[in-house]
Amino acid sequence: MTPFPLPLNELLGHWGAYIVYVLIGFAFGYVLEISGFAISTRLAAQFYLKDMTVLKVMFTAIIVAMVLIFAATGLGLLDYNLIWVNPTYLWPGIVGGLIMGVGFIIGGFCPGTSLVSAATLKIDGIFFALGGLFGIFLFGETVQYFEDFWNSSYFGRFTLMDWLGLPTGVVVVGVVLMALIMFWGGEQLERLIGGQPKPRHAGRRRAAAVTLVAGAVLVLLIGQPTTQDKWVRLAAEKEALLAERAVQIHPGELLASLADDQLKVIMLDVRDEADYNLFHIRRARHLPLDQVQAAIPELQLEAAANTVFVVMSNDETAATAAWKLLVAESVPNVYILEGGLNNWLTVFGHDDPTLQPTPTPPGDDRLHFIFAAALGDRYAAADPDAHHYELEYTPKIKLQMKRGASGGGCG
Amino acid sequence: MTTIVNEQPKASGWRHALFGRPAKPFVNPYVGGALLGVVLFLSFFLTGNGLGASGGLNRYVVFLQDLIAPEHVDRVAYLLKMAGGDKNPLDDYLVFMTLGTLMGGFVSGWLHGRLKVETNKGPNISVRTRWVMAFVGGAIMGYGARFARGCTSGQALSGGAVLSAGSWAFMFAVFGGGYALAYFVRRLWN
Repeated sequence: MTPFPLPLNELLGHWGAYIVYVLIGFAFGYVLEISGFAISTRLAAQFYLKDMTVLKVMFTAIIVAMVLIFAATGLGLLDYNLIWVNPTYLWPGIVGGLIMGVGFIIGGFCPGTSLVSAATLKIDGIFFALGGLFGIFLFGETVQYFEDFWNSSYFGRFTLMDWLGLPTGVVVVGVVLMALIMFWGGEQLERLIGGQPKPRHAGRRRAAAVTLVAGAVLVLLIGQPTTQDKWVRLAAEKEALLAERAVQIHPGELLASLADDQLKVIMLDVRDEADYNLFHIRRARHLPLDQVQAAIPELQLEAAANTVFVVMSNDETAATAAWKLLVAESVPNVYILEGGLNNWLTVFGHDDPTLQPTPTPPGDDRLHFIFAAALGDRYAAADPDAHHYELEYTPKIKLQMKRGASGGGCG
Repeated sequence: MTTIVNEQPKASGWRHALFGRPAKPFVNPYVGGALLGVVLFLSFFLTGNGLGASGGLNRYVVFLQDLIAPEHVDRVAYLLKMAGGDKNPLDDYLVFMTLGTLMGGFVSGWLHGRLKVETNKGPNISVRTRWVMAFVGGAIMGYGARFARGCTSGQALSGGAVLSAGSWAFMFAVFGGGYALAYFVRRLWN
């Protein structure tokens, strides 16, 4: 399994994990302070093109972190699926960003820097932080009046790679080059408009730039693991689960889980459309096997701590293939319907006279029943009443504690 | 009574230890940026989460609201998510990260002799105007940060580093908003 991010809650407990966050916050505040971000006049100078400290610090931080992150994911140390990528709400993000730009130039800080400023006893920082709290309060009280807009233009987990249709490494190299050009331009402006002297240490600066570009090119050369690569890494451990039948749940357990309001069960029916139209369990989502890969980012976002995914096909072959894809991409709590829909129909359809078994066995992963009409979920067996059945089975669903991102940088 | 006699020299020693350190210059912005990048990377690498500030502040606000008017919190969907029922809005990693940020800023300011009660402002406005503007700007910023689902740290910095498309659009919007208005408020800073 990919070792990072760490399952902090499991390793250190609830409070232990919080201590890690205090330490990370400490380092964050410390670095902001030594960069001079507690001083509003320095921050505001960015907008008069005299002092590009904000641009330099921010973009250096972004490209350094980016190169390290994608080198780590490329080497299989870090699981990109488990880190928080801010979901894109395009227009609310842009409007919010414009509002923040206005607040920045009037108030002289952003929220993080105002905290550091207040901590070093700058009175304007304290006023800004108090104003920030008030603005946050106002937002909470008014968001209900424009909730539709606030939730609009939602693209989910949408990256620059998805937008440009380029491999990760190419985007990483591009962003580094763009940042270096911005630094060069910023320094020209500092000299022309801010009257600052020519920066010293040309050799060291060049070395740093070359190191960054080299790092980015390395990320490009390593590449990012495909779903297949990720599966190969996990195969030994996960094939054992399949062989022990530890992830194939009995139809009775699925039915009981559907009735359990502590759980959010998402059923994924990976068969082709014809079979799905003939019969499917009510509220099962149709997701043909060849579309599973594309749906993974969206399933990632749906996965809450109490979400259970159950994949199903007529028998188990297609469902097992889908299970492998989902598990390789770290979708949590995925199970397979044991014996597929054939088994489900055997258990719940035996008193429905319209359901007749096929005279000859139709082959693996085919429906074993003949349907008079493609009624989809309008069969009694599509939505059996959990209270009518007393079924014997070994419960297998064990909710895994969620590892990694817990809701985002500013969530 | 003896305590009063003792307090004077003790207080000045305490004050000296806090404010008396020689002031040091800031680090080179590229060095500061690289260190910030390493901290950001470690945050993602260890926890899966990036850095954030406004989300933590948000939860402090909701905590206060929940103390004062819990019925109100239970009626507003946005607040309910954080503080509904027996949920404690402070039970969140961002609350602790924010606490750490304050501590880190304080310790660095103290170590480098920059702990100082002062108001930084442009030369052409009064201290009081600066305070009012800081509060107003902070309120606008706080509002915008929640609107955009993250501030400069949580959206621009963290989302930028993991290449979220929305975070990059957001980042250019922040700079765009700032530059668009900068000319009209130049008296505040120049």
